[in-house]
Amino acid sequence: MISNILNNSAYWGIAISVMGYGIGVLLNKKFKTGIANPLLISIAFVILVLIIFNIDYEDYRESSEILSWLLTPATVCLAVPLYEQLHLLKKNYKAVLGGIISGVFTSLVTVFLFCIIFGFDKGMEISLLPKSITTAIGMSLADELGGVDTLAAAAIIVTGIVGNVMCRGVCKVFKITEPVAVGIAIGTSSHAVGTSKAFEIGEVEGAMSSLSIAVAGIITVAAIQIFA
Amino acid sequence: MKYVFQFGLILVITFFAELIYKYLPLPIPASIYGLIIMLALLMTGIIKLEWVKESAKYLILIMPLMFIPAGAKLITVQDMIIPVLLPVLFTIVVTTVAVMVVSGRVTQFIIKRDSQNDK
Repeated sequence: MISNILNNSAYWGIAISVMGYGIGVLLNKKFKTGIANPLLISIAFVILVLIIFNIDYEDYRESSEILSWLLTPATVCLAVPLYEQLHLLKKNYKAVLGGIISGVFTSLVTVFLFCIIFGFDKGMEISLLPKSITTAIGMSLADELGGVDTLAAAAIIVTGIVGNVMCRGVCKVFKITEPVAVGIAIGTSSHAVGTSKAFEIGEVEGAMSSLSIAVAGIITVAAIQIFA
Repeated sequence: MKYVFQFGLILVITFFAELIYKYLPLPIPASIYGLIIMLALLMTGIIKLEWVKESAKYLILIMPLMFIPAGAKLITVQDMIIPVLLPVLFTIVVTTVAVMVVSGRVTQFIIKRDSQNDK
C-alpha cells in the first residue's frame, strides 16, 4: 500500500534522504562525536525505511536520481576551494606535496597488502583503494576501474569517521605537533570528515587539511592506475 | 539571475568534461577533468572567482546528500560484505592510521629540515 503511494510520487526518495540527513545533523550536534556522522546516520535511516516499508532499492534510486546527477558538477566545484587555498600550497610546497604524496602511496600500498593478506577479490580491492580520498572522487574512481561504487562510498565514509575520531590521539602518540603537518595528516588520511575535526583543532590545521582533500584526490587518480 | 549564470557556467564546464571523458580512453572520471578545467580557468583568470563562487560553495555544502543513494545501495550488496566485514574494518582502521602517521611525519620532517637550512 505504502509502496504504491510512494511509486506515484517522484520526490519521496529525495524527501527521505534529506529527512535522514536532518536527523543526522541533529544527532551529531547533540552527541558531539565523530561517530554520530550525519551521512552515516542518513544512510542507515534510508536503509531502515526501505526495509520497514519493503521498498525496492531501484525505486528509491530512481526517485532520488537528481542527487546523484548533481554529483559530477559538485565535484567540478571542488576546484573553487582548492583555488582559494592554493597560496597555502605555494608557501610550503615541498613539505605539503611531500607529505601528501607519501600519504597517498602509503594508503595504496597498505590497502593493497591487506587485500592480499585477507584474500579479498579484485572488486573489493579496487573499492577499498581510494578509501582515504573524498567520496566524490573516490566513488567514481572505483566505479571507473571496475570496483563497486557503494562499497567504495561506505569504506570512504568509515575511513573519514576513523580519522575524525582518532586524529588527536594518533598525532599525540606519533608526536605530530607542527600545525601544517597535523592538517596534512588529517586531510590526506580522512578527507572532509576528518577535516571538520582539523578545524576544531585550529585554523591552520583546518586549512591545510582541506587543501589536502583535493590534492590527495587528484594524486590518487594518477597513482591508483599502478595498483588497479 | 546570478545563480542561474553561475550554475549554468558550472554545467557548461561539466559538459566539456564529459566530452573529454567520452573521447579519451583513460580510466579517469569525468568530474576530474572538470575539476582540472575549472582550476585552470580560475588560475589563468579566464573565469573570475565571483562568476562561480556562491553556487560552487552551495553545491559543495549539500554534497553529502548526493552520497546517500550510493550509501543506501549497500542494502543490495549485503551478501558481499557480511562475510568480510571484520577484516575490511580492520584494514580501514590500520591503513587510515598508517596514512595519517606517514603523511604527518613526512610533512613535519621537511618543514623542520627546511627551517634549519634557513638558519
